[in-house]
Amino acid sequence: MLIDSGSPGGVGTIGITLTINGERRELQVAPWTTLLDLLRERLDLTGTKKGCDHGQCGACTVLVNGTRINSCLTLAVMKDGAEITTVEGLAGLAHREGTNSLHPIQEAFVEHDAFQCGYCTPGQLCSSVGMMNEGHAKTRDEIREAMSGNICRCGAYTNIVDAIEDVMQQGGAR
Amino acid sequence: MTVQISTAAGRDRFVGSAVSRVDGPAKVTGLAKYAGEFAAPDLAYGVVVSSAIAKGSIRSIDASAAEAVPGVIKVITHENRPATSDNPEDYQDAVAPPGAPFQALATNRIVFSGQPVALVVAEDFETARYAASLVRVDYGVVAPRTDLAAQAPEAYDPPMKRAGIKPPPEPWGDAETAFDAAEIRVNGQYRMADEHHNPMEPHASTVVVEKDGTYTVYDKIQGVSNTHDYIASAFGLKPEQVRVLNPYLGGGFGSGLRPQYQLFLAMLAAKDLGRSVRVTLTRDQMWSFTYRSEALQTVSLGADRSGKLTALRHDAVQGTSSYEDYQEVVVNWSGVLYDCDNVKLTYSLAKLDTPTPGDMRAPGAVTGVYAIETAMDELAYATGQDPIALRLKNYTESDPTEEKPFGSKALKECFRQGAERFGWSRRTPEPRSMREGRELVGWGMATGIWESMMMQSSAHAVLTADGRLEVGNQTGDLGTGTYTILTQIAADTLGLPLDHVTTKLGDTTLAKAPVAGGSWTAASSGTAVMKACRDIAEQAFKLARGMENSPLANADFERVVFSNGRIEVTGDPSKSVALADVLKATGTQKLEATGEAAPDKDFAQQYEAYTHSAIFAEVKIDEELGIVRCTRVISAIAAGKILNLKTARSQILGGIVMGIGSALHEESMLDHRIGRFMNHNLGEYHVPVNADIHDLDVIFVDEEDKANPLGVKGLGEIGIVGVAAAISNAVFHATGKRIRHLPITPDKVIGEG
Amino acid sequence: MNRFDYVRPSTVAEAVQALGSDPAARFIAGGTNLIDLMKYDVERPGKLIDITRLPLDKIEERDGGLRIGALVTNAALAYDARIRERYPLLADAILAGASAQLRNAASTGGNLLQRTRCYYFYDTATPCNKREPGTGCSAIGGVDRIHAILGTSEHCIATHPSDMCVALAALEATVRVSGPQGDRAIPFAEFHRLPGDDPAKDTNLAPGEIIVSVDLPARGFAGHHTYLKLRDRLSYAFALVSVAAALELDGRTIRTARLALGGVAHKPWRNTDAEALLQGRPATRESFKAAADLVLREAKPQSTNGFKIELARRAIVRGLEQAAAGTPQSQSDKRIQ
Repeated sequence: MLIDSGSPGGVGTIGITLTINGERRELQVAPWTTLLDLLRERLDLTGTKKGCDHGQCGACTVLVNGTRINSCLTLAVMKDGAEITTVEGLAGLAHREGTNSLHPIQEAFVEHDAFQCGYCTPGQLCSSVGMMNEGHAKTRDEIREAMSGNICRCGAYTNIVDAIEDVMQQGGAR
Repeated sequence: MTVQISTAAGRDRFVGSAVSRVDGPAKVTGLAKYAGEFAAPDLAYGVVVSSAIAKGSIRSIDASAAEAVPGVIKVITHENRPATSDNPEDYQDAVAPPGAPFQALATNRIVFSGQPVALVVAEDFETARYAASLVRVDYGVVAPRTDLAAQAPEAYDPPMKRAGIKPPPEPWGDAETAFDAAEIRVNGQYRMADEHHNPMEPHASTVVVEKDGTYTVYDKIQGVSNTHDYIASAFGLKPEQVRVLNPYLGGGFGSGLRPQYQLFLAMLAAKDLGRSVRVTLTRDQMWSFTYRSEALQTVSLGADRSGKLTALRHDAVQGTSSYEDYQEVVVNWSGVLYDCDNVKLTYSLAKLDTPTPGDMRAPGAVTGVYAIETAMDELAYATGQDPIALRLKNYTESDPTEEKPFGSKALKECFRQGAERFGWSRRTPEPRSMREGRELVGWGMATGIWESMMMQSSAHAVLTADGRLEVGNQTGDLGTGTYTILTQIAADTLGLPLDHVTTKLGDTTLAKAPVAGGSWTAASSGTAVMKACRDIAEQAFKLARGMENSPLANADFERVVFSNGRIEVTGDPSKSVALADVLKATGTQKLEATGEAAPDKDFAQQYEAYTHSAIFAEVKIDEELGIVRCTRVISAIAAGKILNLKTARSQILGGIVMGIGSALHEESMLDHRIGRFMNHNLGEYHVPVNADIHDLDVIFVDEEDKANPLGVKGLGEIGIVGVAAAISNAVFHATGKRIRHLPITPDKVIGEG
Repeated sequence: MNRFDYVRPSTVAEAVQALGSDPAARFIAGGTNLIDLMKYDVERPGKLIDITRLPLDKIEERDGGLRIGALVTNAALAYDARIRERYPLLADAILAGASAQLRNAASTGGNLLQRTRCYYFYDTATPCNKREPGTGCSAIGGVDRIHAILGTSEHCIATHPSDMCVALAALEATVRVSGPQGDRAIPFAEFHRLPGDDPAKDTNLAPGEIIVSVDLPARGFAGHHTYLKLRDRLSYAFALVSVAAALELDGRTIRTARLALGGVAHKPWRNTDAEALLQGRPATRESFKAAADLVLREAKPQSTNGFKIELARRAIVRGLEQAAAGTPQSQSDKRIQ
């Protein structure tokens, strides 16, 4: 056994290591803390949103080792050793040299007005990058389907697809 | 696009263009903070325990197991709730309907399912959530009434009318007799589903207890003034003891108009414990307050063979709660839209054991216009003519319900441009006559309408010596683009670059403004900002003219323009002075002004003000399998001047998407045995996802309006109104089957109808 | 969410040992359903055994078929070149379900073990025999639009929500499990069970057992297959009805047929009688209708889901038509061929 900790009713915590937006962090977490709650409530990375807490809206989407997942349905302790990228780290993903500019998908979202209230946006952005990393979606139909795990109640879907197509035509994500 | 000199002092440079959202960078980097995201060093977390029953009482409540969990600070129930005001009127917020507003944990009575019965406060979120699961409640259950159809016979005319909501007009002519005598008669009953707003951000409040004992409250609200005044009165605080902020709102759609119970509970706990508390509702709990209550509607249309209306009846029964008479305008639209000599419109309420329904994007209009615009499509078929021709035949240039002309109404142009862009002339009217492969193709259209309103608002502007301008007021940006349009208006009025202007919103320390709703914000706050900036322009001009060797010495205010950060004589750019230089040269630290905007009473006496739209929808239907795809929607909008083509377009697109949801997907399903919405999550309450949305297009037709100096009429609601009817009419055109009950799900498409 | 122990074994034997005979212990892999249920207090495990580090994440050749490790994610499985080429029905079914994010996290074993999406099962305010045996079924006579039409009992009318499992049923996969009594293989048809008088039990896994792989036989029906899913919106929704159809044809004559339904029963609903009926018949609409009638002969409506019987009938016919024509349903272009 690698790990054996926590006890019912107690508040045992487990030591884990996560690399979050390029920064390696040693953390003590309770086993019942989700990755989403860890980011938002402990690490002040509130860019990642809680829309439903049940994997039904996509607002909490982050990249774990480059793959998009719902951070609300992931216990932090289970991602011990993983590399996490949140919306706060997207720009860094594109510009490792540390310039101030945005990731191309962030710029495209602003240009195409691919959001209104902005609450689903971090999830849409991380999902877009994850989708481009996957490389399966090429056509507009395929993008729509691949982005269907991210609900936008403001209804910016057509602009979101425009923004993604724009970036894909420029050569995609990094 | 008609260019109007909206910003008076300068040239329209940004106003009317497609400027990107000024809050865009904050939103795409995750830096924009929402109500449940503000930190405090002493923050405690509150989790709400919700009632399992809809009606009855709490016989006993056992919080001992929850209290025993290490880290739990307190469990608040009706038994130990700290006292708040005992005057029910103190809980009436600015947009409350008549009645006694719900007060959380006030008594052991249960009046709706999901009602908060306890608040568990703990040192961290997970502990509060866990402890909340340990609270045991024993209920005395009473059979709830939640079936609107069953309650409809008991419907009543609400004795107290809701402020700002026009009751149906007095009937004119004799609609019954005229209907009986009509050559062509159409009569249908229409139903929608109960819908929930479901903004992506769940409702949340963070109450920070400051060192001086005052409270800083971050609340998900569409206007901080409403929260502020509610808290002050409910908790007996002086106005200056409470500051409310909400810089960003993760969607509202009306759900954030009234202070909700999470605010009350967060404040209750914070005041009681003397420490900061945050309460965020779960997605499920978003079904425990406010919703768009369905209405049972009957529309009866009588017409002559040419399609001219001779009788129009529209009756609606809508649900409300047991404790408030929520009201919205459902039937009046039918009277405003069409010219007819015999009209009768009625609206009544039925009591249900649900939370009080509330305003949801274009409240009432979504509901009523769906019915009348579907009925008009039925009349078009009954009289054998094109739906646009029928609408033109009954077109009215004045509002029959008020007998006043419209200030502006470019609806005919909406029909023309929308039809042209859509290719309407290629439509073969016969149902089932258009096909593509296996799929039936349907083209339908409808009219949309919303009242154009303006509210008393103010705005403050400060120009500093570095040439930078800050403007702002208390209103909220729901994602509508208010930050952006106010920045544009301010920049143009003073001729400044956009990046020299900062707009601040959602803070009670700013100039007074009402909640953002009803599509009134652009007109109200926009005018106030423009006036404040115009005032500063005048002050700056006076200073400039008084400067030594002033290039403007002989100019007067009406002959200068503000452009590129300078004041210059119109037509003579050589005579100019930089604004920043004016302040420096005159030793002025800053110039400031407050602008006030209010509805133009003279205008309102002469005119009625409405926005209009024509919506064209295409559906493709696999009839055998009942699958409807809405493949194309074009919305042509007449809403006065468009301040920002980009954000305006987004507003309309969003309305269309929510309209598609209404037409095809959205339905909160009640189990009437227990009075509970059962599909209370985003997996089973279906809002449209990306795959549901295909090609959408928006046309803004020229329309000059003079209700306010900006010429704007508002856009937040008009985008959704009529969309469901256009789609429903398209479904009929495709299949020949009239489905009069939304949403049009596969079961209805393949069913008996 | 309740409090629990957390352990993270590194071998299957350790995992089985950690589970032991503790009825309150649960394995967790993707977590996409278990954590969801824990947040609703529907599942309150005393111990979570994190199996994500077990060496069960490979897809391997075996006996002409493929062995899919229990931890292979739904996404990895759907996009695996061998699966796409040889078992496109399975790839399509997976891609018809959930969202890309969920598929990236959800595991093969977990997909088999996901619980029903019955509203009442999820809502602890209401009685439910599956959640709390003996309390009664609230769905019967309630909001039952999405519920089962086949194989129901008076105790439960819930459906199994998986898309992937419908394809696995049609493909005659085998579930390999390991437990205190050693390893065994369970034919897919016997893996899930009907509610009967014990709806709390979804599967025939014995206490203490862990799924280690799902084995696909050599026959993949790559030539003639479809996964047709009908739902209330065009993506990211559970099936009202879904059909996995696979055919082997001799010209226009059906040599072999496989037919399984999702969204209609407590388990993926495969009907071998209907498959036998199709065998030797011409691949025509008449044959398909006969098969559909046979599948739905025993169907029983609840108060508001009667439409599902007719919808299923039509979906079967269309699914078989798509399979016969070699035009499988696209999972991105929502036009139904």
